[in-house]
Amino acid sequence: MLAQYADIPAGVSAATVPAPFEVVSKCQDTPDTYTFELRGRSGHALQFLPGQCTMLSRGGSGEVPISISGDPDEPERLWHTVRSLGLRTAAICASEPGDVLGVRGPWGQPWPVEYLEGSDVVIAAGGIGLAPLRSAILWLLARRQRYGRLVLLYGARTPDQLVYADQLRAWQERGLEVLVTVDSAGPEWLGNVGVVTKLARRAALDAPRTAVLCCGPEVMMRFMVDTLLRLGVGTERIHVSMERNMQCGIGHCGHCQLGPTLICKDGPVYRWSKIQPWINVKEL
Amino acid sequence: MQALDELISASPVFGGMQEKHLKLIADCGRPVEVDADKYLFHAAGVADTFWLIRTGTIALELHGAGRGAVVIETLHDGEVVGWSWLFAPYRLQFDGRATEPCSLVAFDAARLRAKCDEDHELGYQLMQRFASYMAVALMATRMQLLDVYGDARAVR
Repeated sequence: MLAQYADIPAGVSAATVPAPFEVVSKCQDTPDTYTFELRGRSGHALQFLPGQCTMLSRGGSGEVPISISGDPDEPERLWHTVRSLGLRTAAICASEPGDVLGVRGPWGQPWPVEYLEGSDVVIAAGGIGLAPLRSAILWLLARRQRYGRLVLLYGARTPDQLVYADQLRAWQERGLEVLVTVDSAGPEWLGNVGVVTKLARRAALDAPRTAVLCCGPEVMMRFMVDTLLRLGVGTERIHVSMERNMQCGIGHCGHCQLGPTLICKDGPVYRWSKIQPWINVKEL
Repeated sequence: MQALDELISASPVFGGMQEKHLKLIADCGRPVEVDADKYLFHAAGVADTFWLIRTGTIALELHGAGRGAVVIETLHDGEVVGWSWLFAPYRLQFDGRATEPCSLVAFDAARLRAKCDEDHELGYQLMQRFASYMAVALMATRMQLLDVYGDARAVR
């Protein structure tokens, strides 16, 4: 085990001390994105709610906030999907089964899945934004009868950039309507081509019954929300997951401040009406 | 088969138009079927037709040297295919390929243009609807240009 990870029970770790988690399996989702299954060295489960994240690290390369993409009903198996974008994520993505990663958390406000019972739920995802929504999808499907329509609107850059492509059919069979599109493709791709917002128009939503969980690049979320509002979905019924420069994860350092809120503590999930005033402020 | 004017009035692009205008448009339309993987039209062709998709999917393709065909957008049930017929020099910009068996309404665009010249209210109504359609398409294109899922390297 790497020396910098204190040997303390997972799930009861001190807020500032990473707990050691071993990589059990690694799966390549796209050319630069991997999904890891982790297990706490101490054997304790990391109880979490859909949409929460952890601060994940590999020895010496620093921490990065990563949403938990696993099943909240299987907390002993911690899943993280990581895209290699910089030094810290590249170090994590280079991990192999048997390696040890540091985990702090879980942090943040979750998707309000329990409050959406009885509603149609639209899950709008762009790119790797599907990762924080995977835990919500698994939660909703495990309680399928409590919800109305469940619709996934998922957009990615190209067909080979779709994450969890092998799981979409299984979700569909469990009662999730799946609409997928890519921004560009060759003629061999038989699916949709076009921006993800177009899927919202095709989904024939019953706006007053619809609640939305949305995650993706901020620009994508802005356009998606704008489309949903035009279709009549209420601003109070739209929830987004935000991302900023998260460092401490516990609301102490202030790096992730957005307007009056700290994303690590008050977010990452926000009601659109609460976060919207700050989205278009360029300096933030 | 459903009457053409009923089909047309039920479509998002023509919905809400006056009955007399719907009839004029329907007079220019005829039902067509296209097999999967067949091309409906090719770039640089004369834009004397546009289509309303009843069922199926049409892929708009652009061919580039060394890249082959790239699908720009797929169009689906209830959407119109083509607006080059509205503007001189009336030339098609893309190839249109059916990715599955398609049922369409093909409109004689040259004839409809002539009717618009005679009836400016019809022309205004059509132009307003197609402009709205084009604005949505323009916004989508800008989003694609932003490449929002691209490699936004940051501190991570």
